[in-house]
Amino acid sequence: MKVTYFPGCTLRTKAKELDRYAHAACNALGVELVEPDTWQCCGGVFSYAKDEIASKLPSVRALIDARDKNEPLVTVCSACHNVIKQTNHQIKTDADFAFRMNNYLAQEKDAPAPYNGETKVLHLLELIRDEIGFDKVAEKVQKPLTGKKIAAYYGCLLLRPSKTMQMDDPENPKIIEDLIRVLGGEPVIYPARNECCGGYIALEDAESAKKRSNSISDSAAAHGADMIITACPLCRYNLIKNGSKLPVVYFTELLAEALGVKEDNDGE
Amino acid sequence: MQRIGVFVCHCGTNIAGTVDVVAVAEALKNEPGVVHSAEYQYMCSQAGQDLIKAAIKEHNLSGIVVCSCSPRMHEATFRKTAAAAGLNPYMVEIANIREQCSWIHKDMASGTEKAIILGKAAIAKVNLNTPLTPGESPVTKRALVIGGGIAGIQTALDIADAGFPVDIVETKPTIGGKMAQLDKTFPTLDCAACILTPKMVDVAQNEKIRIFSYSEVVDVRGFVGNFDVTIKKRARYVKEDICTGCGLCTEKCPQKKVPNEFNLGMDNRRAIYIPFAQAVPKVATIDADYCTMLKTGKCGVCAKVCTAGAIDYEAKDEFIEEKYGAVVVATGFNPISMDKFDEFAYNQSKDVITSLEFERLTNAAGPTAGKLLRPSDGEHPHTIVFVQCVGSRCEACAEKGKEYCSKICCMYTAKHAMLTRDKYPDTDVYVFYIDVRTPGKAFDEFYRRAVEEYGVHYIKGMVGKVSPEGNKLKVQASDLIAGKQLHIDADLVVLAAAIEPDKSARGLATMLTASMDTNDFFTEAHPKLRPVESPTAGVFLSGTCQGPKDIPETVSQAGAAASKVIGLLCKDKLTGNPCVAQSDEMMCNGCSSCERVCPYGAITYSDKEFRMPDRTTKIRRVASVNPAVCQGCGACTVACPSGAMDLNGFKNNQIMAEVDAICKM
Amino acid sequence: MENKNERRREEILRISGVNPRKCMKCGKCSATCPSYDEMEYHPHEFVYMVESGELAPLLESKSIYKCLTCFACVERCPRGVEPAKLIEAVRLTVIREKGANHLKADDIPAKLDEEIPQQLLMSAFRKYSK
Repeated sequence: MKVTYFPGCTLRTKAKELDRYAHAACNALGVELVEPDTWQCCGGVFSYAKDEIASKLPSVRALIDARDKNEPLVTVCSACHNVIKQTNHQIKTDADFAFRMNNYLAQEKDAPAPYNGETKVLHLLELIRDEIGFDKVAEKVQKPLTGKKIAAYYGCLLLRPSKTMQMDDPENPKIIEDLIRVLGGEPVIYPARNECCGGYIALEDAESAKKRSNSISDSAAAHGADMIITACPLCRYNLIKNGSKLPVVYFTELLAEALGVKEDNDGE
Repeated sequence: MQRIGVFVCHCGTNIAGTVDVVAVAEALKNEPGVVHSAEYQYMCSQAGQDLIKAAIKEHNLSGIVVCSCSPRMHEATFRKTAAAAGLNPYMVEIANIREQCSWIHKDMASGTEKAIILGKAAIAKVNLNTPLTPGESPVTKRALVIGGGIAGIQTALDIADAGFPVDIVETKPTIGGKMAQLDKTFPTLDCAACILTPKMVDVAQNEKIRIFSYSEVVDVRGFVGNFDVTIKKRARYVKEDICTGCGLCTEKCPQKKVPNEFNLGMDNRRAIYIPFAQAVPKVATIDADYCTMLKTGKCGVCAKVCTAGAIDYEAKDEFIEEKYGAVVVATGFNPISMDKFDEFAYNQSKDVITSLEFERLTNAAGPTAGKLLRPSDGEHPHTIVFVQCVGSRCEACAEKGKEYCSKICCMYTAKHAMLTRDKYPDTDVYVFYIDVRTPGKAFDEFYRRAVEEYGVHYIKGMVGKVSPEGNKLKVQASDLIAGKQLHIDADLVVLAAAIEPDKSARGLATMLTASMDTNDFFTEAHPKLRPVESPTAGVFLSGTCQGPKDIPETVSQAGAAASKVIGLLCKDKLTGNPCVAQSDEMMCNGCSSCERVCPYGAITYSDKEFRMPDRTTKIRRVASVNPAVCQGCGACTVACPSGAMDLNGFKNNQIMAEVDAICKM
Repeated sequence: MENKNERRREEILRISGVNPRKCMKCGKCSATCPSYDEMEYHPHEFVYMVESGELAPLLESKSIYKCLTCFACVERCPRGVEPAKLIEAVRLTVIREKGANHLKADDIPAKLDEEIPQQLLMSAFRKYSK
């Protein structure tokens, strides 16, 4: 299976592991992640103002690239995923926005055909659940994560707004827990798993970010977890920066480990 | 050619104030067919009616036009007047020159002009009217009540009391419904079982009432007065007439791990069971999904212990066909699923429960024998949080809950809170509310007592999230009066889940061709003036299938539905409405369009033999209308592509004549 | 003055797409808000203050920078009001004014550490600057 892959800026810098292990795991699962020739940063957060057009252009360009190859657009970073999926949704549901966006695109050199939301946007987790299938992953597990108590941390970006993201139950999700089970680990369910880590407020009000992050890592620890896994570099940063007692790793790293392809890819 | 009389009413100044009635009478005098034209101050008065009768006789009129108020107001009056003078009542047409003319126009000239146009249109129609005679149909003097909760029970008892036989069809093994699961009832706090079970016994002992329990209606045909209904009696593997209800089998059955639906799954029952001690009929039922004998052929313990020999593993579903004159729907409600509201952690903690579960936890016959204990660890909860409006009053497009107010939650929550504080004064009880709605007799007083005498903490605000941490439920909520975000460590959280119609209602509505609203509540014929009748003749509504209701309201509606049924069953013959659709078989092309659009199921197709012009015969599939079922809505006449379908009293040529008369101006 | 306020109110409603009249004043948004303690005006107050045109206190309040856009309020609102979108629109009416950027590039070096992901800088600029 070949899919268009949008890594995002952080995966090329501070979150190289998230990217590297995603490639390794996908290779093992028979999925080829192909980047567009060029891509730009998604902007990190979706802008909710209806008149924000230009800031969403990078997302639309990536969507068009996938559309033209007739492939789904896959992301691993929660933030990129959220921004691109919401942009795609806005194109589909807000005619005025779609019109203005296409006007912008028409001005570009080698202007693409107008885009109306045709591309299917998938997070790698969704690709695994819906396209590859958990049963297929289970067959490929080489080193089950036996005995590991793992707390899945969703944060806000993967699940909300649920009407648009359509990934899982926003209040009682199970996609990562199901994956942990498939990989042989023991998921730890704790109530803070869909709470916000504080996100970008870390720059504005470090205390507030600390409070948020600690409430999450403390809740995971109190429920007996050995480690926390996430798909978001900012969540990971906030949790670690604010002194999480538990290790925080990317879900792709665990996936690669269980599939037996981690060591080959350690240290690039 | 008709001989038409025109009668223009002043309605005091209601019409005459804006319409020059004399000019109208004068202008209409020369219309085709008109032989007499008059005006009078109050045409509906005795004197006015006498004037019409005299004119009919004097001028030998074959049709009349009354220019007056809306036909909704006095069409029936003037039809009777005409009939009294020997004229067919369907030769009367009303031109509405009040609601649709004088009341909406300010100036005399335009009002008068419009009144003349409306009069001309009515005259054009009468010219094409033909006398119509309503048909008659017999009435089967037996009623069917679908649903055996308090609504169905009350309706059945009242109908039986008037001397008519009634059958109750209940899907569960016992009648009693939701009320049988309740502990106490607001606002007087009588025990639900104490007031319900005597009624259940009355039903069982009433010679006029038959109970089909563990049964469902699978087919309905026919029409008002003449319904043909098929009832499926599911195999319960116990002979009802032999079982004594001793309950020995339910104690000996080795399959002990069946979730007990009567206690909402909070404990287990056996595979053979009697739902509760006062069940009616008090007969055991084998749950085929769990019975080892039925699944593997190995066990048979119940048959061995049954001294009466009532067990029958070979039993099959039975189908019973019966005729009824009237059908009452009393299918009731269920709390909605809490799956889409897991911010309250219902699926994440056993100690987050619904209000109906709370009823079972406080009921002496419930899983804890009436002691309020946490489902997770059996400990006594000290801090209890009640959350109101869970899934009620949700925006429609939010697709999570229901847009309506479920109506009963404010009161039962006040009851729960009060009873908890009464029985366990050491508990802290919080109720989070958006509004407290208590419009009922002695309702607000009841709620105030919960606050003032029992010290229940009512907090204006909503709970945002419930987090199970350790053995506590961390409740994060807002207190809008104090302007604070509250954090409460609760032991038990109780959700007032919205209620919705029972899922069986939708299929039943289709069978009955009874209409429903977007929430699957049955629609009443008129929201104020005909609240217990469905728009489908002969189908009546009782209880929460029509909308959220508490017990007193349900019982009153049940009685009202019964009185309507009795009124129907008292008649020997039903007079139909002659303004019904009629198919011209020669023109019908057998396409079924009319059958598909008919909301009442009045149209059927059959193969008929026709003699062709060349003396051969040909079999063609053609539509026919059952005039007793047709309500004269006219949908079929619009759908029919070949023009075969027409509506008596409103035939296409009559309507077109009216339009022509208006357009000629 | 009155006119400017009304124009701003209309702009906020337009760019947010929020209809505050849908609010039934249950307070679930504020019950659910993780930044409640950091805020002077809370999500439900944004909704009714925008509806009633009391914009000045909101525009001057630090609360507009405390919202995490975590969307818990949007997700849980029973009426589909979407308070977070309204707060974002109020913040934008402030930072879209000339020279009103809340976060400036010059502020960044002091806040940097080794591990800060690019995503954080990008997000913060999107939320706090035009």
